[in-house]
Amino acid sequence: MGFGVNLNFSQIIPSIPFILQGVGVTLKIVVFAALLGFVFGVILALCKIGRIKVLTWLADAYTSVFRGTPLVLQLMIIYFGLPQLIGFEIEAFPAAVIAFGLNSAAYISEIIRAGILAVDKGQREAAMALGVPYKRMMRDIILPQALKNILPALMNEFITLTKESAVVTVIGAMDIMRRAYIVGGQKYAYFEPLLIAGLIYYILVIILTLLGKAVEGRMRKSD
Amino acid sequence: MIKVVDLHKSFGKLEVLKGITTMIKQGEVVAIIGPSGSGKSTFLRCLNLLEEPTSGKIWIGDQEITNPKTNIMKVRQNVGMVFQHFHLFPHMTVLENLTYAPMKVKGMTKVDAEAKGLELLQKVGLAEKANEYPNRLSGGQKQRVAIARALAMSPDVMLFDEPTSALDPEMVKEVLEVMKSLAHTGMTMAIVTHEMGFAREVADRVLFLDGGQLVEDAPPSEFFSAPKSKRAQEFLEKML
Ligand SMILES: Nc1ncnc2c1ncn2[C@@H]1O[C@H](COP(=O)(O)OP(=O)(O)OP(=O)(O)O)[C@@H](O)[C@H]1O
Ligand SMILES: [Mg+2]
Repeated sequence: MGFGVNLNFSQIIPSIPFILQGVGVTLKIVVFAALLGFVFGVILALCKIGRIKVLTWLADAYTSVFRGTPLVLQLMIIYFGLPQLIGFEIEAFPAAVIAFGLNSAAYISEIIRAGILAVDKGQREAAMALGVPYKRMMRDIILPQALKNILPALMNEFITLTKESAVVTVIGAMDIMRRAYIVGGQKYAYFEPLLIAGLIYYILVIILTLLGKAVEGRMRKSD
Repeated sequence: MIKVVDLHKSFGKLEVLKGITTMIKQGEVVAIIGPSGSGKSTFLRCLNLLEEPTSGKIWIGDQEITNPKTNIMKVRQNVGMVFQHFHLFPHMTVLENLTYAPMKVKGMTKVDAEAKGLELLQKVGLAEKANEYPNRLSGGQKQRVAIARALAMSPDVMLFDEPTSALDPEMVKEVLEVMKSLAHTGMTMAIVTHEMGFAREVADRVLFLDGGQLVEDAPPSEFFSAPKSKRAQEFLEKML
């Protein structure tokens, strides 16, 4: 075959279950990182719109730094660098969750901040006129409306996170990517396992996208 | 009772209220009228401190609300406000709109709050809409719900900022009817309005604001038939 397009998927088939086990690892990292990112992102967003100047400044600075440096650098600092300071090793899994969580918190906080500011000013005034305290107003009136508006943007962030999570391979976490790479090494053939990894990521992203659309559709029903 | 003494309010360099002094007695219904930009909304919003006065004093009942020691949240629970654009909570049903603040702010039980909410919906003629979401209502229905929501806190005073200005003409009447019957219950009301007929019929007094000043303060019979100031005369000529 001339150049010898030399793809041989049959030799990879026995390794597919091994690669698929990485789906659990990837999803676990993504889910925990997304939770951390969301909770911390809400807190950061509240700091940004609040009246306490120091907190606003800190939250802005945080966002600027985490958006302004590579994710893989943040991951390596936490996994390889931090033990130097704290005196003990961090496992790959928590290191990945922390790095991705802190990173996506920066992005999510911007999304949520914009969502809060987009809620009609009258909602706030109506709540204040009823004597609703600030915290309650945020929790019961403003945030639920903000979240509804920003659901597509949040979903996007989670999809990005799923794809970007592949960089955990640099700290040796056994995710989809790492497993595909290992299989490649064993069989002296990288193309096929990496293609399979690509397919798995793509399917995950499609599922997330559909899920997002379904949730959005349900929300729109109450409009 | 509401007492206002030498109330000033500036937004930056713009002085919007230039020393307003007046009093609204218990059970009195006061219509606040005047040209656009004269400071009517700002004045009303100072009465529940949605705007913070630059100087001057305001009493609601025997509480000086401009005193920094006063708990504004407590005062606001006692002063209902109805906005031009309703501002119902869109993610709550009509009944939830009515029960939210009584439960979460006043600590009323769900049973009591719902009973009271349904009773109020009955009064504004919307009992059958209790479980609808606000976006399923017409403008007039929304505003009646907004009035009921404010009343659910059992306020002593009700403030209205152009409650019918955003409504289609055919819906104005149903809202004014609700306000009229509220006036008959002895509620103390301050109403910013362009509905001259309503002001003439329902108000005990008319406050005419122009350029941030209280230019005239008179019973409607006097104000509408023989306005004293030139500015009020001109304004009425344009309105009628
Ligand atoms: N938050 C604000 N910041 C700056 N200027 C404001 C603010 N609110 C009101 N103003 C200005 O204050 C003036 C009085 O406004 P206000 O809304 O009290 O008038 P109004 O009598 O209610 O007018 P309208 O009949 O149009 O509602 C206007 O010039 C307005 O632009
Ligand atoms: Mg106004």
